[in-house]
Amino acid sequence: MNGPHDLGGQMGFGPVAPEKDEPYFHAEWEKRVLGITLSCGAFGAWTIDESRHARENIPPADYLAASYYEIWTRALEVLLERHGFATKAEVDAGARQMAPATPKRVLKADMVADVLARGGPCDRPVETEPLFQPGDRVRTRNFNPETHTRLPRYARAKTGVVEAVQGSYVFPDDNAHDKGENPQWVYTVVFDAAEIWGEGADPTLTVSIDAWESYLERV
Amino acid sequence: MSEDHHHDHHHGHDHHHDNRYSDMQARVRALETVLTEKGLIDPGAIDAIVETYETKIGPRNGAHVVAKAWSDPEFADWLKRDATAAIASLGYSGRQGEHMRAVFNTPDTHNLVVCTLCSCYPWSVLGLPPVWYKAPAYRSRAVIDPRGVLAEFGLTLPHDKKIRVWDSTAELRYLVIPERPEGTGGMGEEELANLVSRDAMIGTAVAGVQP
Repeated sequence: MNGPHDLGGQMGFGPVAPEKDEPYFHAEWEKRVLGITLSCGAFGAWTIDESRHARENIPPADYLAASYYEIWTRALEVLLERHGFATKAEVDAGARQMAPATPKRVLKADMVADVLARGGPCDRPVETEPLFQPGDRVRTRNFNPETHTRLPRYARAKTGVVEAVQGSYVFPDDNAHDKGENPQWVYTVVFDAAEIWGEGADPTLTVSIDAWESYLERV
Repeated sequence: MSEDHHHDHHHGHDHHHDNRYSDMQARVRALETVLTEKGLIDPGAIDAIVETYETKIGPRNGAHVVAKAWSDPEFADWLKRDATAAIASLGYSGRQGEHMRAVFNTPDTHNLVVCTLCSCYPWSVLGLPPVWYKAPAYRSRAVIDPRGVLAEFGLTLPHDKKIRVWDSTAELRYLVIPERPEGTGGMGEEELANLVSRDAMIGTAVAGVQP
């Protein structure tokens, strides 16, 4: 979707503000959000792609004003309600009002080390051979779906060169919407800055994205 | 247990924060209370997650990888061919590091990593991302004005140096291997690792230079 999250090339946000000796967390609640978000992910009720899409769906003015842990919290509340674990009314009240859906698992303290060490690999075998090889010129498709996609707006309908075939992975555009993992080949595609940004582009700059095969057409 | 837990973690904070932070504190506390009452989360697991990322998984992991790459050409070659396996051989793997790629700075090219669409970051080697990495200013400008961004980090590259920006749009996670600083020939891995900052492995700094 063309949401507030798709920030590449937007302007007006001011300078980057690196913080010297930045702490990992700026408030106690941020720690809890990290832990709660990962714990709820362990329910197995939604995919990382669905959770990213929930964040993208936060209204633009709210998204841009929020810190990242706020974004996580707002999206998590949506997912919890959507999947029957907790309603907004319950969080408003700070108390349980109804029985929750049954999670596939509840993350206990003694499981944390293993779960974090395992992570969530999303490489999957596919039956087909890669359509493209390093050195091939490709053009990214032009589309504007209201659904989830990982092809940023700045890189649509642009011509670049395949640099690497990176393996085959779960296709987020489907997986975010409960349409299955439908894995595809993923390629690193490199663009000259002039192709993306046109006049005045930095001649020393190239930008790459990692693109699923169906994002690409042969030139 | 959960009462004790909340007492431990939630009292007495935020008097000096703005309203937004106290609102979030209250909201998140309510969320944790509801989910705990429902038996859906274990506050002890949350503590364990936080402790992991505060004390165990951070940029020292990545600095070890870089120092090893500088010291051991075979390891550097492995890192180029199969970063996930090479990095795992040092004990660093797992969440948000499942599919790693190492990108090497050279005299010709400087690499910079961003996630314009969210906050993708190689947690297994760098830990949790800093606020600026997840904020709009960096995510919007890294792909169109990287030299301007780098200048805000105090890094000015030669005009003819190529810049390659890697937008982490899929599940590959990128670790920049900075160039080894001059005059470090006699240093061991541990000493070398001390020259490698988190920012040098994102590409907003170079090795051996304090930001």
